[in-house]
Amino acid sequence: MSAPHFYNLIGLALFLLGFHAFFTRRRLLKKILSLNVAFSGIFLLMISTAYAPAAGGRPDPVLQALVLTGIVIAVSTTAFALALAGRLGPPPGPGDGCDPPEGGR
Amino acid sequence: MTGSPETRALHGLRVLFGLLAGALFLGLAHILPSEPALSGFLPGQAAAALPASGVANPVTAVLLAFRGYDTLLEIHVLLLAVLGTWSLGTRAEPQALLPVNEILLTLVRTLVPLLVLTAGYLVWLGAEAPGGAFQAGALLAGAGVLLALADLPPVDTAPPWSLRAGLALGPAFFLLVGLGASALGLPFLHVPPGWAPLLLAVEIGAALSIGLALTALFAGGRPH
Repeated sequence: MSAPHFYNLIGLALFLLGFHAFFTRRRLLKKILSLNVAFSGIFLLMISTAYAPAAGGRPDPVLQALVLTGIVIAVSTTAFALALAGRLGPPPGPGDGCDPPEGGR
Repeated sequence: MTGSPETRALHGLRVLFGLLAGALFLGLAHILPSEPALSGFLPGQAAAALPASGVANPVTAVLLAFRGYDTLLEIHVLLLAVLGTWSLGTRAEPQALLPVNEILLTLVRTLVPLLVLTAGYLVWLGAEAPGGAFQAGALLAGAGVLLALADLPPVDTAPPWSLRAGLALGPAFFLLVGLGASALGLPFLHVPPGWAPLLLAVEIGAALSIGLALTALFAGGRPH
């Protein structure tokens, strides 16, 4: 298994991990973080493809520039989603069972 | 199993999605090539057009010269995120009850000058090595976040017009350069190779605006 193929698989696994968490977690913050994990997986896939052996021996600058653009868009989206989530306030009712006990920090 | 019907349904949903994700992984991993290889077409074209771009680093050339339109739009998307966050409410009042944290202040005193210096270096370095406006803007945002955490003056008590001017400077200057090129008869955003310092000025403005935008996103609300 070549190195780019290995990183491609890891990127795919990260994306599916984020995909699974996005649909199965109930807390809004966990959903936003799972989206970030999925973004990281996609970026890893693109970067490892950019460094795959090429006909001319050069890594692909266009894919790297696309990943830079993608990171900026991911950050902007995450920031606005967090602002919206903060606006919604703390969620009512029990969460996913991982909440800290009441009365403590 | 114990638990309310909701918990059981959620658990079933998780198992179902786990199976779906696993099946997707197996199917997509089967599609991925085991020996990935680029076709060499795009890197070859980028390398061939590199001398005409005015910078030596291929990634910076792609970002600013070949796909400058994408960079212009993504700077505006960052500004749009700030506008969206600001439209949700004003900034929370600083917590005046907390005492000054000496460790944080020492960190700020040590790190902020280093961050600003490194950001300036990265902007200048972007012409020939990995660097450029976004990396420098991220470092400036780190400095801004440190200042905001310490409730220090530049973030909390800056006059609102200076913050807004700084945010608009990067996108506006980039857009002006692009429109200036089209006013001179060149294609939109086409900067001739001899005008590389203009690209550096655009990058400096963009780095400042990106740093301010990310700091404003961290601070959260509209300034008073």
